[in-house]
Amino acid sequence: MTRLTRREFAAGIAAAGVGRAAPSPPPALTVGFIYNGPKNDLGYNQSHAEGRQALRVLPWVKAVEEASVPETVAAGESMRDMIFQDGASVVFATSFGHYDPFTIDMARENPGVQFFHCGGLYDERKHPKNIGIYFGFIDEVEYLSGMLAGLATRTNRLGFVAAKPIPQVLRNINSFTLGARSVNPHATTKVVFTGDWVLPVREAEASSSLADQGIDVLTGHTGSPRVIVQMAERRGLFGCGYQFNQSSMAPHGFLTGAEWAWGTVYLKIAEMIHQGKSVTNGTIPRRLAGTLKDEFCKLSPFGPSVTPASRARVAAAKASILNGSLEIYRGPLRDNEGKIAIPAGKVLKIEDTELDRMDWLVEGVDGRAKG
Amino acid sequence: MKRGEAILVPLGAMIAGLLVFGLFCAALGLNPLAVYASIYKAGFGSWYSWQNTLVRASPLLLCGLCTAIPARAGMIVIGNEGAVVAGGLGAATVGLATLSLPPVLSLTIMALSAMVCGGIWIAFGAALQHYRGVSAVISGLLLNYLAVALMNQLIEGPLRDPSSFNSPASYPLTPDHRLAYFAGTHIHHGLIFGAVACVLAWFLIDRTTFGFAMKIAGGNVRAARLAGLPVGRLVVIAGFLGGACAGLAGMIEVAAVHGRANESLNAGYGYSGILVAFLARQNPLVIVLVSLLTGGLLASGGVLQREHDLPDATIAVLQGILFLFILLSDTLYGRLPFFRSRTPEPKPHAIAA
Repeated sequence: MTRLTRREFAAGIAAAGVGRAAPSPPPALTVGFIYNGPKNDLGYNQSHAEGRQALRVLPWVKAVEEASVPETVAAGESMRDMIFQDGASVVFATSFGHYDPFTIDMARENPGVQFFHCGGLYDERKHPKNIGIYFGFIDEVEYLSGMLAGLATRTNRLGFVAAKPIPQVLRNINSFTLGARSVNPHATTKVVFTGDWVLPVREAEASSSLADQGIDVLTGHTGSPRVIVQMAERRGLFGCGYQFNQSSMAPHGFLTGAEWAWGTVYLKIAEMIHQGKSVTNGTIPRRLAGTLKDEFCKLSPFGPSVTPASRARVAAAKASILNGSLEIYRGPLRDNEGKIAIPAGKVLKIEDTELDRMDWLVEGVDGRAKG
Repeated sequence: MKRGEAILVPLGAMIAGLLVFGLFCAALGLNPLAVYASIYKAGFGSWYSWQNTLVRASPLLLCGLCTAIPARAGMIVIGNEGAVVAGGLGAATVGLATLSLPPVLSLTIMALSAMVCGGIWIAFGAALQHYRGVSAVISGLLLNYLAVALMNQLIEGPLRDPSSFNSPASYPLTPDHRLAYFAGTHIHHGLIFGAVACVLAWFLIDRTTFGFAMKIAGGNVRAARLAGLPVGRLVVIAGFLGGACAGLAGMIEVAAVHGRANESLNAGYGYSGILVAFLARQNPLVIVLVSLLTGGLLASGGVLQREHDLPDATIAVLQGILFLFILLSDTLYGRLPFFRSRTPEPKPHAIAA
């Protein structure tokens, strides 16, 4: 059964009233989204699901979604279903493991469909032209979040529960620590790796053990650090979120957090496609990457315990980041084994590909980058 | 009569399960018939949906056998996931080492290596149970964690492709060293392995003296010993055969789907295999049916989300309900008056006499 929308109804009335042919309604654009976990995880998957919600302001977009799509043949089958059953001409695959081989195979099989994948390495020689990569650089937001942690801590010890020692995670640990130490040189960050993205029990244990060691600000980088923030609240500590706004998990101790704002990206891509552009012929950039400035990511709203003075300092730092005067990876930076990681005089822009190979933890981090 | 019972009892259980699931849908304000129709359409309604179902059923065939074969020898195996991972790692390691060989040879070596790795993984648990009295359930569960840890160690260490920054994975196999797809479909040849293995397992269990000996050992260890059967060996071999099947499933994931070993090896096929084997009451031929049913249900999970706006856990709920009902229905065998045979069964003392 088709339901008449108010817009169609109005168009119909107008056409009948004026007595000339109604302007044909803009062709509907069907886009599909797949997430690898539940869309209410208060973490990575929810950040994408919320990004999809942003498309609701565009009346000509129909956005279908599937949650908990594992990184197996199921990913390919889900994308194919969206194309054949729902008529999707654009597919967003949001999890890293959806890329190779599933998105690549589907793109090859459906050259008329545009695929956009969050993160991943596009190889011009091997991968089909109808794939675009989008991702965000969230280091600067982690830096700001770290500043609040550095200002809030009384023991000067921060805790970071992380999934795996991969570059993306190490970047966040380092930028968080750099932010904290920019306002509190005595602050140190203790890192615990859990080994996988979604291990809530182990994340809770790690958080608890960090709390036992006298750490008073907890944050993390896992699929959803909700448990970490929740544990901080339960132990009467401060918590900083990640991926999505986790303030609901810690009404008292929540400071802030670095969260994704994928809605910006999805609106941007949908508008471009609406204008007739396509990633296949190169009118949509193959790599669409953005930072805090591009609103690909943002700072979560401040919690009640953040003082006006702290707010002002973070606001000032944010303004400096936005006007380009504050570069967070500015040499000299030492790693936590005493070696020079970034030599004096060298500044690595946040988009610098050298950062994508990061395998060190900055001075002030207690933990090992390798395993 | 008995045959009718074996079909009608599980069928009745499934219908009861579907009815309860219908109530669940109705409680969410949906028309249960429309939901059933969507499940049917997305899982079995056309050749397109059948392909989806077959692709998803393929690993379940082999993973189901991993529980079903040892079950005949009296072992409860739940270490399927570990055996899949071990098999996948075994396959990837030798596959990468034999890239210079002709593809057919390399793939054969990969399959053998996967079967040996998966086989040893389960046979180890079986041996622990038989010779040392360690429950295979417990050891299997723990060995699952060990396999995942071993995999992480290998793909983040010696096997790691340095270009896989943010998602550790082994080096890839070259395209010609991959398992092929049936022409014009998206079903890979792994499906044949699964189907053939189910038939072979049925033949082994029901048509050979080895299978008969295995069943005696599983039914009554003392009787088997009295009959002079090498119970220990039978149990370990049954474990090995089951594990070899799961290992092969791991090889197919590596060679047909991913083209490399990565975290997706531990995607839960092993755990689904346990479910499939129990639903099939450990019968290899019924495993084929149950795998197709499960594959079809999984294939329809997406449509339930996209068309009916149901939560992503809906299919897991349906699976859980069906599983419970079918297991509960086990207690009905021989109790329904309808199926009681009219001629009285021979009394025990009649045998003794």
